[in-house]
Formats: sequence, structure tokens, C-alpha cells
Amino acid sequence: MSKVEMQSEKSEKKKEWEPKIIAFLCNWCSYAGADLAGVSRIQYPSNIRIVRVPCSGRINPYFIIKSLLRGWDGVVVSGCHPGDCHYVSGNLVARRRFAILQDLLNLFGIEPDRVTFMWSSASEGDRFANLIKKVTKNIKRLGPNKKFESTW
Amino acid sequence: MTEAKKELEKVKKEIIVTGNEKPQVGVYVCHCGVNIGGVVSVPDLVEYAATLPDVAVAREYKFFCSDTGQNIIKEDIQSGLINRVVVAACSPRMHEPTFRLVCKEAGLNQFLFEQANIREHSTWVHMKDPEGAYEAAKDLIKMSVAKARELKPLEVKTVSIEPACLIIGGGIAGMNSALDLATEGYKVYLVEKTPTIGGHMAQLDKTFPTMDCSACILTPRMVDVARNENIELLTYSEVVEVTGYVGNFEATIMKKPHYVDQEACTGCGVCVDYCPVVIGNEFDLDLATRKAIYIPFPQAVPGKYTIDMDHCIKCGICAREDVCEPDAIRYDEEPEYIKVKVGTIIIATGWDLYDPTELKQYGYGRYPNVIDGLQMERLLSSTGPLDGKPARPSDLKAPHSIAFLQCVGSRNFREGGNKYCSRVCCMYATKQARQYKEKHPDADVYIFYMDVRAFGKGYEEFYESATKNYGINYIRGRVAEVREGEDHSIIIRAEDTLLQEPMELKVDMFVLSCGLESRSDAGEVASLVRVQRSADGFFMEAHPKLRPVDTLTEGIFIAGVAQGPKDIPDSVAQAKGAASSAATLMAKGEVEMEPFFAVVRPDRCIGCGMCVENCAYGAIELIDDTRFGKIASINQALCKGCGACSGNCRCSAIDIFGFTGEQIFSIIMEGEL
Repeated sequence: MSKVEMQSEKSEKKKEWEPKIIAFLCNWCSYAGADLAGVSRIQYPSNIRIVRVPCSGRINPYFIIKSLLRGWDGVVVSGCHPGDCHYVSGNLVARRRFAILQDLLNLFGIEPDRVTFMWSSASEGDRFANLIKKVTKNIKRLGPNKKFESTW
Repeated sequence: MTEAKKELEKVKKEIIVTGNEKPQVGVYVCHCGVNIGGVVSVPDLVEYAATLPDVAVAREYKFFCSDTGQNIIKEDIQSGLINRVVVAACSPRMHEPTFRLVCKEAGLNQFLFEQANIREHSTWVHMKDPEGAYEAAKDLIKMSVAKARELKPLEVKTVSIEPACLIIGGGIAGMNSALDLATEGYKVYLVEKTPTIGGHMAQLDKTFPTMDCSACILTPRMVDVARNENIELLTYSEVVEVTGYVGNFEATIMKKPHYVDQEACTGCGVCVDYCPVVIGNEFDLDLATRKAIYIPFPQAVPGKYTIDMDHCIKCGICAREDVCEPDAIRYDEEPEYIKVKVGTIIIATGWDLYDPTELKQYGYGRYPNVIDGLQMERLLSSTGPLDGKPARPSDLKAPHSIAFLQCVGSRNFREGGNKYCSRVCCMYATKQARQYKEKHPDADVYIFYMDVRAFGKGYEEFYESATKNYGINYIRGRVAEVREGEDHSIIIRAEDTLLQEPMELKVDMFVLSCGLESRSDAGEVASLVRVQRSADGFFMEAHPKLRPVDTLTEGIFIAGVAQGPKDIPDSVAQAKGAASSAATLMAKGEVEMEPFFAVVRPDRCIGCGMCVENCAYGAIELIDDTRFGKIASINQALCKGCGACSGNCRCSAIDIFGFTGEQIFSIIMEGEL
């Protein structure tokens, strides 16, 4: 079944569907950036659920796959900009890992767009909000993640 | 309240939690005034939280961070009702320390606490979507409870602190921090990029609003710094590497070659008379010249000479015996690298003046009589190129009329502009205008402004006097463009927005009151010490109100304009604050570290060594274990708990305390559905 067919079928089933996206944010840049978006009262879609982790390098690809297996519609991993990692190079380690993961997702038949890897710094509240808007739009386009419904 | 405190003290007992017993979670949903309660229904959230598995109690209160709120949690812990605490409120970056202390004081291990950030991540960002905010808050609480269930008690790790501070930048802020810390008995390494300390303040003539001479208040401090035996002054030096963590930083400092032996040089200055190379003097902003061998200004500290190798032609004259009697010239000097161990770091790197060249409409760089504010300062200065007899650059005659333009490079909301107010320009223009009127009472002085911001102590009075007693004309309006008239005069086209009519004004000199910018190399410094910068490029404080001199990296502080534009009194106040914060940390002798480091499960590890490769701190090595063979071993003293090893472990054999795989899985599994 093509993506388009899946999407149209699902949107017919449930009109009011809102995606749920889990976001792993590094403590030093992205989580602080998300806090800044809050302090600045920048509004973004309420589909995101934020989990604080020390560094994007902490995120084992297994966490992402597990999230998708569990039925989260999208996964975001966000770290410091390259060169600004609080832990020297954790974000670079993460970047390499996720490049490979994207290929693997394809193999599983999961749309790679469900997983977003991004950078946002502690001062980029507006950038964070914009990225979340974009991610939410992408996931809405893909429709609900029911690939592993039988395993729930 | 003290009664209640005493009561709590009496019953206080250690609650022993091994992590194996059934979790009993207490959920505390905070209204935070109307910040949370005004967007979502807190009672509904409490009702929902109470239905979650392992939740023993769920409560609400206006402000859980208040004394009363804290006591509610303490009482539940003390009565044995709960052994895990979840507070659904603001960001843990705000109040995690507060609530950890609550747990600690009530006898519960402080790491059995988890905070659900339903303010910054829900009610503040979904204010216009209360239903969405409610759903988000519900899930965030659910996920926090899921993590709380998996929390294990941890022991804090304490490390000793090196009683020394590295201060980067030797301007008025860095010098004040250095003097305070040195007086308290701490060793200070003061690193300055240029050959002298003093910073931009040394370039100023007088300071507003008291009109005291900048050099008279600055130079004695410079001497104090040089003389203080606890301060190791490293001028013409740069920090090139910083490793380690709070209490135990190691910095590598490059001492750039002066090409003049600083010990041997007596500062006699004979070499300057003989040096044939004449170039623009950056201290006077190219309004005057200097030689290739130079000291930045006569009162420089240390007052020893430096050869500018970018311009030196190596003619060898200065090295002649009859020129340099102490034989101090060293053309082949190499940079020297030294390593220092410090407990804390203060960043006081200062600012750059906004370069107005790109604002072509104002003619800076094109017309000789358009200058910037700092150049005006040098023209007015009694130690400046004109000995305090200001004249216009084209003919060196005193101008009969001067116009100042405010907010050049500040308060500009167009693409690429600096949005912030630079906070000093209104006052320095007023000061310069007054100084000029004092010297030439007949001159016409105009100031084009958007708003006059005279906010500091004595500033409004200073501004008032400028209009009343000095007859300075303040014109509200922006200058559209300027062109050059006859005899290099400047013709200004502007709009007087109070009279609402266009105007044209011919003046002899036009001064652009340029704003302050973060230093061009601020990004490099930020990467070096791993601190954050705000969107405007200045270094970011940990909290804009409560932690204005701290950075998010523990043990690193910021002082002066490096954090954002400010005048001298504010820079000094912040420098003293940063010194005090650094001293507070060092005075304890040791610092508590979050025990969030990596641990290896030997039964799972296959000794592949991937973690060793990924560890940025060299904290992992492969060892031969008698029972498990080759396995990874973590040196917890070096581990920072980033988790790069764990994220890459194909066997899930490495875990990170505080962010274990089980905890994250629990969040993933509970949060959805």
C-alpha cells in the first residue's frame, strides 16, 4: 500500500486525529531553548511531549524504534549545534548514528520523516517553535503510525 | 511557620528507600498563580494523576515552591505516605534544586524526585489552545510518574575545588573580579588578549554622569592588578583550550610573542624614535599613528614594548646596541604555552563597537567629517591625538556645529540589525555634547534621537542639565541621509517627528553614536568553554533575573558587557557579583556533583570497545575481568554522564544514572496510548 493510500484511508477513519510526538531534548541547548520558547510565550502545536536527556548522544536508536513500536506518531531528537556540544562531541556521535538509522527505518517500512534529528540552541526559542511546527505538519501529512498496532 | 518547622525537625527521620519496594508516588500539581491554573484545570489534572498506577497521593497548591507548598510535600514524605515525588510545575532548570532540597530535608534521597514541566512546555506555549495544553500536561505528568517509578536512590559525589580562578578579559569588569577574588585570597589568572589591561575604558575621556576622568579612576586599578601578588597577569595571551569541569578546569594559555624580552625591557621608548614603520594606531581608532614597536598608550600596564610583526619590516634598527641598551629585542621569539588548574572561570571579554560602514546613508568611511562615538571620545580626550582640543578630521579646525545621531546599530528590527538598546549611547552622546559645549560655548550642538534613555542614577538630571544649562538641541527624528557640502561640511536630511516636518541641517562634523556588539570572537570563546550565547550574540546567563552572572555550565560566570550592553557602574557591579559567586563556590572547598555517570553491566558487555571510541573524556577503558573477560570499565572521576557511550552500546550494557534505559523506556511506554 502506498503512503498516499494509507493516509487517505486513515484520515477517513478518524477526522479529529492529532499526532503525538515524543521529543528527546538535550539538557543544555534544546531543552533550554524549549524553556525559552515558553518564557517568551511563543506558541506552537500541542502535539509534542518533551523528555529531558543529558545529551543527544544519549539517545540509543533503540529508544526511537521502541517509541515507534509503541505507537508514537513521530520522534524528535534535538541537540546543540555542531561545535557547541556541552559534552564536546556527543551531538556529532548522535548525528552519525541517526544517518544510519534513517536507512534502517526505510528497510522496516517506516517513513523516515517520522524521525527528525535537529539542532537548536538555548537562545533559539523561536527556531525551536518553528521546527516543531514543521515536524508536526510533516507527521500530520504522514498520518497515524499504526504499523505496529498488533504489537501493542 | 517556625513552629511547623520545629515540628518537622522533631519527627525528621531518614526514609530508607532501596529501590526494590513498591513505588508510592506523590504528585503535586502547582497552579503557579495563573501561569498554569489560568490555562488548564489543575483540579482535573490532580484527579487524573490520582488514577495513575503507583500514585499514592495527588495534591494541588497555588505555589509549591513556597514555604507552605514545600511543607505539604515534606509532610507526605515524613508520614511515610510516599517514597517518590513528582512536582508538575515549572521547568526543572528553575526549581529542581528547590524540590530536591525538600526531599533531602524530609529525609528522602533527593534523586527520588522528578519534575513535570507543564508551564514552559505546556501552558505557556499552548495558551491559545487550552485543550491541547491540558492533554500535553496530562501526558507530561504521566511520563514523569512513569520515570519516577523507576527512580533509584543515588549518592552525591563531592569533588574538591581548586582555589583559583581564570578570568578571560582584562577590562574594567575582569580587573574588578580579579581584585575582589585576589583580596579574598584566591589565586587569579587574568588573561588579556592585547598587550595591556584596561580595556575600552582606557580609551574614554570622561565618564557620565559625574564627569570624572576615566583614566584617573582606571589607571590606579590597573596598577593594583599588576601589583597584587595573588594575580598572575597574562597580557598578550589567549586561552586556547579548556578541559575539565567545575572545581577542576585545566586551561591552556598561549602567551603570544612580544618579540621584546618583557623582563629585560625597561620601557625607555628609544626604539620607538628609531622605528621607521608608521601605521594607524588602533587605540586612537586610526586618528593617530604609531610605530611597529609600540605600547598601546603611555599608561599601559605592563608598560613594556611589543613588536607588531604584521607590520615590522625586520630592519634590525631597534635591535642595535645603541638603540636598545638593555638588549631586549628577540625577533625569533616563539609563542609559549602554559597550563593552569582553576576551580572557576569568569568570562569578561567585553564588546566591539558597531561598525557603521555598512549604513551607507550616513557616509561613514566616505566623508572625513563623519566619525563614530569612540573616535569622538579620543578627539575629546586630553591623552588623545589632539591633546583634548577636538577638531574635525578634514582640516583639524574646531567645528562650529556638531550633530550626533543616536541608535546607530541599535534598536534596529530590520533583517540583520541589532534589536537591543545599547544602553550607553544616549548618555555618552549627551556627555560628549556637554564636553564640547564646555570647550566651545558658541558652537551649535544637535542630537538626533529616537528616545532618550536616561535611566541610571543621576542620568536624568545629567540630561536635563544638558538641555537647560548647555543649550544642546535635541531633535526627535531619524536621519534619512547625509551628503557632503562645500569645505567637507555635512548636510543632514532628517525629519523632525515632533514638528512633523522634514528638515535639512548643515554641520561641520557628524558623530554616529554607535552601539555595542558582542565581540567578533565571542563564538570561539563560547565553544572553548562550552557556554551558551543569546540570540544577540552576548553570553547567556543561567537565569535572567535570579542567576544573572552564572552560566548554564557550572563554575563558569560572566561579567560586564560580555553578558549584554551595560555602562561602567553596572559592569563593575556585575564583575563584583561574578567574583562573589565564584568565591562562594570555592569557599566551600568542595562541590557536589550530580551522580549521573555511566555504569557498565559486565554480564552484558562484549568488550567491543565502541564506547571507548565515543567517549570525549577518555573515561572508558577495556579491562580483563576474571569472570566476564574483556569488558568496559568507567572511570567515574572523568565521566560527565553525557551518555554517548550508552547511546552507542549495541548490547545495552552501559546505563546512565538519572537517565537509565529503564527510565526512558518507561516514559516511552507510558506516555502514549
